[in-house]
Amino acid sequence: MNDLKYVGKPSPRIEGKEKLTGATRFVDDLDFGPGLLYAAIVESSYAHALIKNIDTSRAEDVPGVVKIVTGKDFPYRFGLYMHDRYVFAQDRVRFIGEQVGAVIARDPVTAKKAAALVEVEYEELEPLLSVYDAIGEKPKGIIHPDLKNYFHVPWFFPRADTNIAHLRKIRQGDMEKGFEEADFIFEDEFIVPRYAHCAIEPHGAVGFLDHSGRLTVWTASQSPYTQRHLFTQALEPLGFSHKDIRVISPAVGGGFGGKAGVSMEILAAALATVVKGSPVKVLWSREQEFYNTYQRQGVHAKLKVGVKNDGTLTALEEILYWDAGAYVEYGANVVNAAGLSATGPYRIPNLKIDSVCIYTNLPPGGPYRGFGYSEFIFGLESHFNEIAKKLNIDPVEFRRKNAIREGDTLAYGGKMNPNGLLEAIDKVAEAIKWDKEIKSDDPNIVMGKGISLMWKAPAMPPNAASSAFLKFNEDGSVNILVSAKEIGQGFLTVMAQIAAEVLSVPPDRIRVEEPDTDRNPYEWQTVASHITWGCGNAVKRAAEDAREQIFDLMERALGKKRDALYLEDAMVKSHDETDFKLPLKDFVIDGIMMEDGTWRGGPIIGRGMFMPEFSSALSDPETGQGGKPNVHYTVGAAAIRIEIDKQTGRIKVPKVALAVDAGKAINPAMVKGQVIGGIIQGLGTILYEDMRFDEKGKLLNPNFTDYKIPTSMDIPDEIIPIIVEVPQPDGPYGARGIGEHTMIPVAPMVANAIEDALGIRIKSMPITAEKVALSLST
Amino acid sequence: MPPAAKNLFEKRFLDLQKLLFKEIKMYEITFTLNGEKRIVGVQSNETLLDVLRYKLGITSPKSGCERGDCGTCTVKLNSQIVKSCLILAVEVNGQEVLTIEGLMKEGFTPLQEAFLEHNSFQCGYCTPGMVITAEALLETNPNPTDEEIKEGLSGNLCRCTGYIPIIEAIKDHVKKRGAEQ
Repeated sequence: MNDLKYVGKPSPRIEGKEKLTGATRFVDDLDFGPGLLYAAIVESSYAHALIKNIDTSRAEDVPGVVKIVTGKDFPYRFGLYMHDRYVFAQDRVRFIGEQVGAVIARDPVTAKKAAALVEVEYEELEPLLSVYDAIGEKPKGIIHPDLKNYFHVPWFFPRADTNIAHLRKIRQGDMEKGFEEADFIFEDEFIVPRYAHCAIEPHGAVGFLDHSGRLTVWTASQSPYTQRHLFTQALEPLGFSHKDIRVISPAVGGGFGGKAGVSMEILAAALATVVKGSPVKVLWSREQEFYNTYQRQGVHAKLKVGVKNDGTLTALEEILYWDAGAYVEYGANVVNAAGLSATGPYRIPNLKIDSVCIYTNLPPGGPYRGFGYSEFIFGLESHFNEIAKKLNIDPVEFRRKNAIREGDTLAYGGKMNPNGLLEAIDKVAEAIKWDKEIKSDDPNIVMGKGISLMWKAPAMPPNAASSAFLKFNEDGSVNILVSAKEIGQGFLTVMAQIAAEVLSVPPDRIRVEEPDTDRNPYEWQTVASHITWGCGNAVKRAAEDAREQIFDLMERALGKKRDALYLEDAMVKSHDETDFKLPLKDFVIDGIMMEDGTWRGGPIIGRGMFMPEFSSALSDPETGQGGKPNVHYTVGAAAIRIEIDKQTGRIKVPKVALAVDAGKAINPAMVKGQVIGGIIQGLGTILYEDMRFDEKGKLLNPNFTDYKIPTSMDIPDEIIPIIVEVPQPDGPYGARGIGEHTMIPVAPMVANAIEDALGIRIKSMPITAEKVALSLST
Repeated sequence: MPPAAKNLFEKRFLDLQKLLFKEIKMYEITFTLNGEKRIVGVQSNETLLDVLRYKLGITSPKSGCERGDCGTCTVKLNSQIVKSCLILAVEVNGQEVLTIEGLMKEGFTPLQEAFLEHNSFQCGYCTPGMVITAEALLETNPNPTDEEIKEGLSGNLCRCTGYIPIIEAIKDHVKKRGAEQ
């Protein structure tokens, strides 16, 4: 892997000019002509109620209304991992804002006006607004009475006639022995609330069923192929074949997990079927973006940890109660992933973990950058920091001592992959000068430092696959077709760099085309930080396939010795003949002319596919042992210095460092971008963002005035991104994903720094200035 | 609030009141868009953002919140940047509106080059608004301090980059421009 020319370089983004000039087209930028119809949604005003009657007569009379639909028009249930979600609510609503019906009209204002005239009669039920309302001897109600009949993947274990949609159990070692060996046992509880993704582009989708029966859906989506598959399944009674549904995913204005799977997009697909011949647009408002997409799930964590005098961890008992919301078709897999990895990147021999997915009458939970790890790590890393302190062990030393290493046994019984966790710990400690005592001259300012580790594996079905086509153009430039999705992370450039390395064609001569399921080959979803690894492997194979075709042709048409051939500077060269230099552009479309005027070869088209054939999600439901659900983990560490204003509780960040083991950073500039962005997004969740519901389950702050995400005024003085590179053996050039990871350690790192500064352990997120100031005044 | 701004604010408030209490009407407005005189029929309740996007085909200003919080709809109105989701289209009658397309009369600008070099965008949704805001900031304050840059950008939300690469691009651009002069 020496002498890489394009991989490992900070290439500028290949789509940069499009984005910087406003040329990039997002869903709502596309023009659908004067026939475009607009839908407005009739929304549930109760968190939990039975639908007794729907009267659409007043709405039907509004001029400009084309069609009104309700649950009876689409009595279908669907979902990604469990079929518990409806296109429209049927006999029951399960959260405030849930879609009960829709009005399609000639213009958006008319649609909205008419939707307000649809009268829905409800019989109110008691809402279950916390996990404790929903579990125990006497839950306040059962949100999904039909749970036992729902289809689900084999690695979910729902409990019939309860609100428990899935329980992921881990049992390893001997808990009794583990606690017996311990010198101390520490117990504590931590609370992490719900959060919103807040991509600046709201969800949007346009559906169009033409008169021949072909359904095209344009969606702001991380998952065009998964959407096509779920549309086909959800609308199965309408008789669509996969080939008759086309999903086109134009540019996406931020995802963070919120645009994965299928949420509101099903409405565009379904509504298109009732207005054949006219495209229909469904565009979410910022409010709907907050309450009717996926939210990050809340979690209540109970931890019991056995530890020896010298800081060695002996046992972990952990219960995670997840507030998964009204529908968990995606969120239950967050719960599953967290349960498999709830130890964090630590070596703990005896484990008892229950990760419990609980239905509540709040908006559906789902994937959000970190996929469960951002959620459970707050409690775990806070608790470990407390333990280190009580044992009088330096927090960095405590982590070095217990950090997981290559070959250690994972919670589900597999072995830990090669990793640079210790290097990451040392580097972040060094970066913020951990051992140096820093004090403020201002008596009102107290300083603190904090550290947290992080890890995450891609959470995906064992057979999640990526594929790629690669085609040459007449001038030797290249177009690559994949169905992974550019959501800001920079994957287009990374794919171009991988292909460039194989083909010796510079990245700026390569265009990577975004998904259109009619034309681009299969990709499972752009989630799980698996694209650099999975799709990267597919692109590398496609480029290698093209290269082999080129060498075949050289051998066949020109009689070159194949083993001596190589590509350099967009030319075929030979180690045997220094004079031989054939530019790719001379033959990649036209082929090579023989002496008799006939031609050999033709357009070079490479194809590549990657599916991890070693992964399995099957394991013993009682212990979680036996499978290999995770393909590998990416690890890292972060450390921070903070200043707290004791009067206002306001926290400033002079310095923060984050080290992530990228295996191989295909594009170091892109990795640094993920580090900075992830840290700021993490700081938002710990310092500012605070989702508030009233006693009826209504979200009180579905806007950026009241749900505060970081602005340019809220950034640290200095961020130090550190790249560690311990290669991933099966990754393209050794790369593994890092996108989600950079957010994961931020919340506990800050909580630990606050404790270091004030001696106060705050056990619930967020830790706003108000909460700090109040904790100081009591 | 300075007196000129206060007068403008009060005038706008009165204008808005008049509009809101009347029925929705159609108006023909004439304004300059990216240097070209445009005549367009608009409803009294239509925002400038919607008219630009859906009637004039200028899609670089985006909708992100519909209430002036996110800044992704930022355009220049005369010499000031405004959030076009908070401006009624009728209000721009006789005035000048500039979007990112109008900034690029001579191609990709040096500031855009700096954004490209510093990886100052990810998904690209907030980017046109961010570029307009940064250009306007530098027009009124050619040598801003770090704090002034942060404050200048504080009305434009970005969920991807963490702002730091944007600030670095602006600083680098100012430095290079200074060296040229």
